[in-house]
Amino acid sequence: MLIETRDLWKTYVMGTETVHALRGVSIQVERGEYLAIMGPSGSGKSTLMNLIGCLDTASRGEYILNDRAVSGMNDDELAFVRNKEIGFVFQTFNLLPRATALHNVELPLIYNGTGAKERLEGAKAALSAVDLADRMNHKPNELSGGQRQRVAIARALVNNPSIILADEPTGNLDTATSEEIMDVFEKLHERGNTVIVVTHEQDIADCTQRIIYLRDGAVEKEVVK
Amino acid sequence: MKVRDLFENIVLAWGAMKANKLRSFLTILGVFIGVAAVIGMVAIVQGLNKSMAEQIESLGSNAIFVSRYKPGISINGHNEEERNRKRLTVEDAIAIKEFCPSVEAVSPSKSWWQYPDGNHAKYRNYEVSRPELSGVTPDYQIVYNLILQQGRFFNEMDMFYRTYTVVLGADVAEGLFPHEDPIGKIIMVNKGKFSVIGVAEERKSLLGKSMDNYLLIPLSTYEKIYPGDEGVWIGVQAKNNSLMDEAIDEMTELLRRRRGVPYDKPNDFAIFTQEAFMDIYRQITSAIYLVMIVISSIALLVGGVGVMNIMLVSVKERTREIGIRKAIGARRRDILWQFLVEAMAMTGSGGLLGIAFGLSVAMIINATTPLAATVSIPSMVIGFSFSVGVGLFFGIYPATRAAKLDPIEALRYE
Repeated sequence: MLIETRDLWKTYVMGTETVHALRGVSIQVERGEYLAIMGPSGSGKSTLMNLIGCLDTASRGEYILNDRAVSGMNDDELAFVRNKEIGFVFQTFNLLPRATALHNVELPLIYNGTGAKERLEGAKAALSAVDLADRMNHKPNELSGGQRQRVAIARALVNNPSIILADEPTGNLDTATSEEIMDVFEKLHERGNTVIVVTHEQDIADCTQRIIYLRDGAVEKEVVK
Repeated sequence: MKVRDLFENIVLAWGAMKANKLRSFLTILGVFIGVAAVIGMVAIVQGLNKSMAEQIESLGSNAIFVSRYKPGISINGHNEEERNRKRLTVEDAIAIKEFCPSVEAVSPSKSWWQYPDGNHAKYRNYEVSRPELSGVTPDYQIVYNLILQQGRFFNEMDMFYRTYTVVLGADVAEGLFPHEDPIGKIIMVNKGKFSVIGVAEERKSLLGKSMDNYLLIPLSTYEKIYPGDEGVWIGVQAKNNSLMDEAIDEMTELLRRRRGVPYDKPNDFAIFTQEAFMDIYRQITSAIYLVMIVISSIALLVGGVGVMNIMLVSVKERTREIGIRKAIGARRRDILWQFLVEAMAMTGSGGLLGIAFGLSVAMIINATTPLAATVSIPSMVIGFSFSVGVGLFFGIYPATRAAKLDPIEALRYE
């Protein structure tokens, strides 16, 4: 089992009000799965993604990632796990604007102390894997939306993480480009990567093998194809 | 932080500075001015030091001086006891020579200032203005290391017969005798006729002021022309360097007896070496240094606050970048160092620019004035370390803020 959450709760206190973003979510993800987490806005899917992505810790419950209990880790341990185990792909790409595609992809390797030479090779390989070998030295503003997202995917891939976690990866792209990006995910899945897509678009979710529907902070249903 | 990470961070910092060229430049202006001021001032003061030290050394390292007062900077002037002190006399000088075995040579001297506009020296149509005029004894040559380029110095006969002879400083000789051999010529000094017997070698100039505009005549002749009871200035040469202390003790003992100082009272005269002049000089330069340190500290402080301000802006502007970096695995200390190095790189380059500017100012001074302004490696190292230190100190708060940002909120920041 790659991911196992047991009764995850996330509670925010806003002034006098207590908001339960997650109310006991228990899910399991096997290695190599391709799944989607779906739900309308406010359903808690972003919160769940933040927890799975180790950007945040749960208020209650347990999260075991790759046999490691993430709940209770401190900031630096979380950073380490994010670097090793998680590759993020964001809706807004979140590339560093001043850095070239190559340097953007190198970044995760910088933070785990990979040597300069290996870093360069790793980054080039990751960019080739998303068919951007010829755009390595372009800055994000010189690339199209689809290309930017592929740079972001290369960045997510470069450390060989356990999970690729995509948050609305096609939200800022037109239909054709969206399909292109989903093809990339499909390919990654075929290569054996675990891919989790968080989305509110049914046709994007339909590309995956399994869909977890969230509503009001709890799992509403699961659909396996 | 490893060296490689430091290098990464410097590259990052350079990129960040390049992205906001004008802003970065304005930010480091304070540091630049502070460091440039320090480097420039230190260069000038060290140039002064060198020139001063040479001058004082030229007095001779085993020279001892006797006068009524200890030289020094005094704010209140002399007190009553000091004002009532007896003058030193030629007889005191003779006694020192006679009774102090460790003393090699004693040179009492007096200097004249012709009222109202200084001394005159004239030969035919040639004139020199305001030469110093001193009455000296044969020992003067030994005590003050005077070297003659031609002719001779005074001897005992000159003293005894009060001859109207004169030894010229190099400038005076040049001024009065541009085309002639001065030896044996008769010149007018103020109202008297003097025969030139010697010409001194050129001495080192002090801060561009020539030290060769002087006339020496026998002290006995001087006293005949300018009678008066003004005290003498006594220069003494010890037999050798190791006998300096003995010579001072012997002279102290002798002068106390001659001047009738009771055994329980302090000396009513001063005996000192060239070190005393160095001390005065050090007092002046340390005051200059103090002022300089205050000024540049203020500049660095203001510069540092500016850096802190800009770093806070920069952290705010780059919140999203920080979020991205954290999401892909940057730890708190990675972010902390990134911004610390950026602040230090900024102030450090201000420091480097300041050093370069200070250096060029020193070089211009060197080329255009007689002052030998010297920029020392330590002052450059200190200037640079201070500027980097300012970045470190004022970068801590902004960098800590950046490091503490919550990745989720930072990623959401627009």
